[in-house]
Amino acid sequence: MELKVLGQDNAAPQGGCSSGTCGSSEDGMGHLPDAVREKVHNHPCYSEEAHHFYARMHVAVAPACNIQCHYCNRKYDCANESRPGVVSELLSPDQAAKKVLAVASEIPQMTVLGVAGPGDPLANPERTFATFREIYAKAPDIKLCLSTNGLALPDHVDEIEALKVDHVTITINCVDPEVGAKIYPWVFWNNRRIKGAKGAKILIERQQKGLEMLLERGILVKVNSVLIPGVNDEHLKEVSRIVKAKGAFLHNVMPLIAEAEHGTFYGVMGQRGPSKQELSDLQDACAGDMNMMRHCRQCRADAVGLLGEDRGQEFTLDKIEAMDIDYEAAMNKRANVHAGIEAHRDALRAEKELADGHETLLAPLGTPPARIAVTTKGGGVINEHFGHAKEFLVYEASPEGIRFIGPRKVENAYCVGPDVCPDGAEKGTVLDAILDSLSDCSAVVSAKVGIEPWSQLEAAGITPNGAYAMDLIEDAVKGMYGDLVDQGWSAKDLHVQAAS
Amino acid sequence: MALSIIESCVNCYACEPLCPSQAISLSGQHFLIDGTKCTECDGDYADPQCAEICPIEGAILNAAGEAINPLGSLTGIPPFKMAQAMAEIQAR
Repeated sequence: MELKVLGQDNAAPQGGCSSGTCGSSEDGMGHLPDAVREKVHNHPCYSEEAHHFYARMHVAVAPACNIQCHYCNRKYDCANESRPGVVSELLSPDQAAKKVLAVASEIPQMTVLGVAGPGDPLANPERTFATFREIYAKAPDIKLCLSTNGLALPDHVDEIEALKVDHVTITINCVDPEVGAKIYPWVFWNNRRIKGAKGAKILIERQQKGLEMLLERGILVKVNSVLIPGVNDEHLKEVSRIVKAKGAFLHNVMPLIAEAEHGTFYGVMGQRGPSKQELSDLQDACAGDMNMMRHCRQCRADAVGLLGEDRGQEFTLDKIEAMDIDYEAAMNKRANVHAGIEAHRDALRAEKELADGHETLLAPLGTPPARIAVTTKGGGVINEHFGHAKEFLVYEASPEGIRFIGPRKVENAYCVGPDVCPDGAEKGTVLDAILDSLSDCSAVVSAKVGIEPWSQLEAAGITPNGAYAMDLIEDAVKGMYGDLVDQGWSAKDLHVQAAS
Repeated sequence: MALSIIESCVNCYACEPLCPSQAISLSGQHFLIDGTKCTECDGDYADPQCAEICPIEGAILNAAGEAINPLGSLTGIPPFKMAQAMAEIQAR
């Protein structure tokens, strides 16, 4: 199968759009077979376009794990942190099903339920499949997904198929046991803890076998990889080649998150995560081989809502108990809301197609590219204030078009509450973190930018802009690029950023 | 002859289904081993299953009260490194 590469087509025809988020093929996924596109078109985690409109949730029903990864600490349990494998509240399958039905009723944009931990879903098969069975019976319109390290995967492919779980994510960080020995200290296999390369070899074989079995049955497989500088960075190019050749439809390279306070091996031993540029360079290198995913938010195992948000606190067990839900009515409401979203997406697409025929270069050929950050609350438009944003979506504009680079999360929004801005030293710290996360950007486009951060952004070489409020993200990025070119901005060398 | 689980257990449920004697149950704050049922997997497995899968160093003790998985044995973090990192965090 010939895979067209998303957003990497630097030799795009003049006047065409080379963006991963625009163009006449839906979501830049035009190269995928129709059946696959149909399956992913409203899946926020798999379709970059869909993630502006549709919501997902994870339920934390799977606490046990059958391997140890050096980026994971099984003691972790925290309400204020956002990382994979972190949860606040473990649920029984019954509680989880109740929570899913409550969320799907309150947030009708929801299309997807995933089980992703906090351990490995397939190391807890009874709990995971009991949850799926109940959802499948009561809300058959909800898509079911699971994410696994792959060790137990070959044993459960039949059940995955029977429950119509048609999206599985396998985390594959290596295909070489020697590399694996630096990532996985042990696996539990055939009633024994097996350490080092021997254990890693078993894990790798099971992952590859599980991948092949799923693909034979037509189940969609995405591969996640954690980019660990100096451990598997170069090696991931080979991983990408192999999983693509076997038929995985998407490869998601995520940055290692490692801090000493997490108590993980990598955190304590001082292993660093990749820089923004290292991540995007490796994604580009792998994209030479296949469809890459760049909008991943590395969600908690109990996240709820649109990808950029987490509304988990609205759905704690006591709050769910108090809710009275009519499944039938909720499902009808979802169908209506989804139809509305699709009509809106169709209209946007039609508009785009019309415009594509007339589009010219965004700037004279040879103009350097610029990275532009935007803030959104969803819906694919600029509708979030700078001060309220806890994440920024970064795009790269060049004369031929725009492409999505990835999200940048910050721990704290600049403003504390709707009308409360931080003061004193705290303000500086919060803004510094934001400026740091946007260091490769030449502009930030928000629905509104306050006077104080405005001047700080300018001083940091990032042009603030509030003129594109409520415009489509894509139009705003193109417009902002034009503005920068008109102003004769001084372009940032995007490869120098790798050093920072 | 029995093993025990202590309060550093994180309630991950991994051990419970593996026990050939159904000696493990969630009780109060964490999982516990019923000393009257535990056989240390003698006759069933080469190694006690709970201690083989447990991800938490020090959480499972042998009959002599010693950690079956001592500090550093599962994560690979040398204990002095962990102590150093924790001291640095405390000092901040």
